[in-house]
Amino acid sequence: MPDGAMPVLDVRGLKTVFRTRGGEIHAVNSVSFSLRAGELLGVVGESGSGKSVTMMSLIGLLPSPPAEVRAGQVMLGGRDLLHIPPHELQDVRGAKVGFVFQDPMTSLNPVFTVGSQIMEPLMRHMGLTRAQAADRAAELLALVGIPDAKKRLKSYPHQFSGGMRQRVMIAIALACDPDVLIADEPTTALDVTIQAQIIELVKDLRQKLGMAIIWITHDLGVIAGIADRVMVMYGGQVVEQAPVAELFANPRHPYTRALLKTIPSLTGERGARLQTIEGQPPIMMGEPVACPFRARCAHRFDRCDAENPARRPVDGAPVGQGHDVACHWNPEGA
Amino acid sequence: MLDDAPQPLVQVRDLKMHFPIYAGLLRRRTGAVKAVDGVSFDIMAGETLGLVGESGCGKSTVGRALLRLYAPTAGTVVIDGEDVATLSPEALRKKRPTMQMVFQDPQASLNPRMTLAAIIGEPLDEHTGWNAEKKLARVYELMDQVGLNRAFAGRYPHEFSGGQRQRIGIARALALNPKFIVCDEPIAALDVSIQAQVVNLLEDLQERLGLTYLFISHDLSMVRHIADRVAVMYLGQIAELSPRDALYARPLHPYAQALLSAVPEADPAREATRRRIILQGDVPSPANPPLGCNFCTRCPKVFDRCRVEEPKLTEVEPGRFVACHLVTDNMTGGHRPAGAEAPEHKQQGEVT
Repeated sequence: MPDGAMPVLDVRGLKTVFRTRGGEIHAVNSVSFSLRAGELLGVVGESGSGKSVTMMSLIGLLPSPPAEVRAGQVMLGGRDLLHIPPHELQDVRGAKVGFVFQDPMTSLNPVFTVGSQIMEPLMRHMGLTRAQAADRAAELLALVGIPDAKKRLKSYPHQFSGGMRQRVMIAIALACDPDVLIADEPTTALDVTIQAQIIELVKDLRQKLGMAIIWITHDLGVIAGIADRVMVMYGGQVVEQAPVAELFANPRHPYTRALLKTIPSLTGERGARLQTIEGQPPIMMGEPVACPFRARCAHRFDRCDAENPARRPVDGAPVGQGHDVACHWNPEGA
Repeated sequence: MLDDAPQPLVQVRDLKMHFPIYAGLLRRRTGAVKAVDGVSFDIMAGETLGLVGESGCGKSTVGRALLRLYAPTAGTVVIDGEDVATLSPEALRKKRPTMQMVFQDPQASLNPRMTLAAIIGEPLDEHTGWNAEKKLARVYELMDQVGLNRAFAGRYPHEFSGGQRQRIGIARALALNPKFIVCDEPIAALDVSIQAQVVNLLEDLQERLGLTYLFISHDLSMVRHIADRVAVMYLGQIAELSPRDALYARPLHPYAQALLSAVPEADPAREATRRRIILQGDVPSPANPPLGCNFCTRCPKVFDRCRVEEPKLTEVEPGRFVACHLVTDNMTGGHRPAGAEAPEHKQQGEVT
C-alpha cells in the first residue's frame, strides 16, 4: 500500500453515547483511525466492543435519540461528515461510502426486485436515466459474479441464496464507485465455502476497482487472510492497531494475546485444553476512567484501575501509522 | 476412555428424515424435503463424534431425529440397547432421561418466565418423584458443576449473559444423569472468548461423568479440538467419516477437502500461501437432489459415473469411511496411487 499517501478517510476522537434509562452507555470512546487509498483495514472485536457503532456513527446511520455522536471529526474528501447538513450527508451515503451489512436478507427490501434496488442509488446519486441505470445494474451484477445478470435483475431477494444476496448487497454498495466500502461482518451469516467465495470476490474487486475497505469481523481467521492493517477494539476503544503480519506475530495488548490463544487451530499441535479469557466483556456505563479490560486482564496492576491507558507507539512510528497499543503494561520496559 | 473394545452406545442405521411438501389447491403431497437421506454411524461410549457441514445439510435434523424430537421416516436409532425410533410413547418417556440435548440458542431455549432453579429442576419434576428439598439440593449440585453461583437460583434468564445461559442449558441437560447428549451448535451464538469457556466445561463434564457427545457444529477448528471422530455431511448424507487427526491431515472426500480448505486460519503467513479450493455455485435443494452423487454439481473432480450412480459410504482405510467413486475406485484398483487426479474420462472405461 502507498505509504504517506493522503488518507481517504480520517477519523479523530470519535465519541458516541447511547442515552438509556439506566444511564449513559459510552459505546465508542475516542476512536481514531485513518484509511489510506486502496487499503483494507480489518476491525476486530467481540459483540459490544463498539466496532459496528463506530462505523454507523461515521455516516450518521444511528437513530438519535438514543444515540448521540458527542465529539470527533470524520474527514472524507475534505469535509467533516459530522458537521455537514443532513441532505449533504445523504449525498455521501451510497455515493462516496458504500455499506454492506451482516444479514443480506434483512438489508434487502423483499418487495422490490433486486434490479430496482441496484438502480436506486444510480438514479439518485449519478443522475442516470432508468434505461442507463438498468444497463449499469446488469454490469454490476455480472461484476459480482451472478450469472445471467440481465435476467436476474427482475428477481426478488427471496429468489436468491444467502451468498447470492450478499453479492447483490456488494453490487449495490459498489454501484456509485465509492471511495470507501464499509463491510460489517459481511460473511458471518454465510457458510464457510460461501464465505470463501465472497472473500475471493472482494479481493478480486479490490484489485479491479482500487477502493479502500473497512472490514468488520470477529473472526481473526478472515482478517488474517484479507487485511492490510488491523484495529482491535474492546469496550468501545481501540486497544491495538498494527499491520496484519505484525499483529499476529507480535501482539502486545493482553486482550489481543489472549484472543489469539483462545481459537483452536486447524493444523499443528492440538492443545489439551483451550485457553480462556475468564469473565465477560464490560458494559460501558459512564465515562471510562480505567482500562476497560482490567477485570479480565492477567497483567493488571494499580495504574490500570486509576487511569484509562492512551494509545502509545510500539515500533516508533506515530500512533495510527505503525504498531500501537493502549496498555499500561509494558513487558519490555521501553 | 476404555481402550479394549469400546462398545457403541449409539448405533444409527440408514436413518431417513423426509419432510413432506404439500402444494396446489387440494394441498396434495407433491414431494419431500430429504433433510436426512440414509445416514449410518456409531458413537462409542465416552466418545465425542463431531458432525460438521454447512447450513441445510441436515446435521441438526440428524441430532433431533436421534433423540426422536422428530419421528424418523425410516431407519433405526439404537441408543443403549433400545431402538428409539420405534419405542412406544410410554417407553420413550422412560428412555428420555438417558438422552438429552443442548441447544444452539440459549436465549430461545430457556423459558423467560421461569427462574433458573425452575428451569434446571423441570426435568426432575417430570421424571422423578422427589420432594422440593431434594430437588433443590440437586439443582444446587448441578449449578456447582457448570460453574453457576448458587445465589443466582432465583434469577431469570434475561439477567444472564450468553455464556451463562448456555451453562444453564447444560445444567438442565445434565439433571437426569444422561449417558448421551446431543450438542447442537452449542457455541455458535457465543463470542470467541466465551466459546472456549463453554467447550472446556463440556470437556470437563465428559471426563467427570463419562458422557458421550454428538457435537454438531459448523466450526471446523473447534470440532478438531473437541471431537474424537468427525462425520462430514453434505445434502442429507455423510460424505466422509474419519478419525479426527486423519481427516484434518488428509481429507479424502472432495467435499471434505474443499470445506477444510475454505476455513480461514488466524495466521497471515499461512493464509498468504494456502491454496483454497473455491466451490462454485450453491448447495442444491434437498427437495430435488441431483441424480447420482449429491455433490456432483459442485465437485471439482466430478466424472461421468458420478452423475448416474450414487456412491455408497465405504470403509477405504481402517476406520475411514468415504462416499466417493474416486476414492473407492482407487482402493479397489489397488495399484492406482491414492490422491491422484481423476483421469477424467478414462476412469469409467478402465474399471468396467
